[in-house]
Amino acid sequence: MPKKVETLVLHDSSTPVFGDIQKGGSVVVTSSGTLLDIVNQARAHALWPLTFGLACCAIEMMSTVASRFDLARFGSEAFRATPRQADVMIIAGRLSKKMAPVLRQIYDQMPEPKWVISMGACASSGGVYNNYAIVQGADQVVPVDVYVPGCPPSPDALMYGIIKLQNKIKQQSMKSTRQLKILEVIPSQQEKVNA
Amino acid sequence: MSFEVINDVAKPIISGFGITWKRLKREKVTVQYPEERREQFARTRWRHVLTRYDNGLERCIGCSLCAGACPARCIYVQAAENTDEERYSPGERYSERYEINMLRCIFCGYCQEACPTGAIVLRKDFELANYDRGDFVYTKEMLLEPIRR
Repeated sequence: MPKKVETLVLHDSSTPVFGDIQKGGSVVVTSSGTLLDIVNQARAHALWPLTFGLACCAIEMMSTVASRFDLARFGSEAFRATPRQADVMIIAGRLSKKMAPVLRQIYDQMPEPKWVISMGACASSGGVYNNYAIVQGADQVVPVDVYVPGCPPSPDALMYGIIKLQNKIKQQSMKSTRQLKILEVIPSQQEKVNA
Repeated sequence: MSFEVINDVAKPIISGFGITWKRLKREKVTVQYPEERREQFARTRWRHVLTRYDNGLERCIGCSLCAGACPARCIYVQAAENTDEERYSPGERYSERYEINMLRCIFCGYCQEACPTGAIVLRKDFELANYDRGDFVYTKEMLLEPIRR
C-alpha cells in the first residue's frame, strides 16, 4: 500500500508580538537569555530570501537590495535562486492559479524553519485582479507570516515588513518552531490529527 | 622580475584601491531606514485618513462615491441620517460605517479624487505591514482623524 503523504500546516500566522519595532540590527533578548534566544537572534538576522518575483512588486524587491535601501543591513542581502538555501519566501506579485502549485512545491522544498512574506496587494488578497485567473490571497496556498500592503509597496514598506518578521522570529517559542514541521501522515495518524 | 611584479601586481592594486578611496569621499546614498526616514515625494499616496472640519465635524457625508470609484472595490460605506441631537457631519447624512480593506487597496487615490468634500485623503504613513489578515480591514475609528484641540 503506498504511503499517503499529506502536507499539514499547523501554523498560526497571527502570533502576537509585543513591543515596538526594534532598531535594525539591535539584539533583543526576549525572556531569559536561553539558547533559544540566541538561535532566534541568529535566525532573525540572517534571513536569506528566496527570489520569487512574480510581477512588478519584484522591481521594488530588487530596489530594496540596492544601495539606497540596502537590505544587507538586516542580513538579508543573499537572494537565493534555490529554495534549498532560503529561509524566507517573498511572494512579490500576483499569484496566478497556474503558478500556485509551483509556489507550493517550492515552499515545501525550503528547509525548516521557513517564513513567508506576502508582498503587495495582489499577493496578499488579489488586489484589483478579482478574476478567474488570480489566487485571491497567497495564504490559500502557503501560510503567510507577514502581509505587506501597497501597490507596489515601496522599498521602505517592504523593509518594515522584514523588520516585523524579524520581531516575530525573535519572539518565537520552541512550541511554535515545532508546529512549523510538515508532517508525513500515515492514515492511522490522520485520525489522531483530525480529532 | 621585480619590475614585472611592480607593473603587474602592485600598480593594479594601488589604482584599484584608488577608486575605493575616491568613492569613500562621496556622499553616502543609503538611507538608514528604521532610524531615519527618507523624505517622501509630494504626491506619495499611502494610508487613508478621514479628515474633519476645524469645528470637529466629520467631512464624510456617506455618499459612497469613493466606493464607486474604487477599482479594487475595497471600500465599504454605510450611511445614516444626522439628527439635531446627534450630529456628526454638517450635511444630512454621515457615514455610520466606513471600512477599507488595506490588503486590496492599490493606493491609486481615486477615492480622494471622487470625494466631493475632501474627506478621504491619502497620507504618507507607509508602515502598514502586519501579521494577521483580519487586522487589515481598517474601520472608521482607525481612519478618522482625532479632533484637534
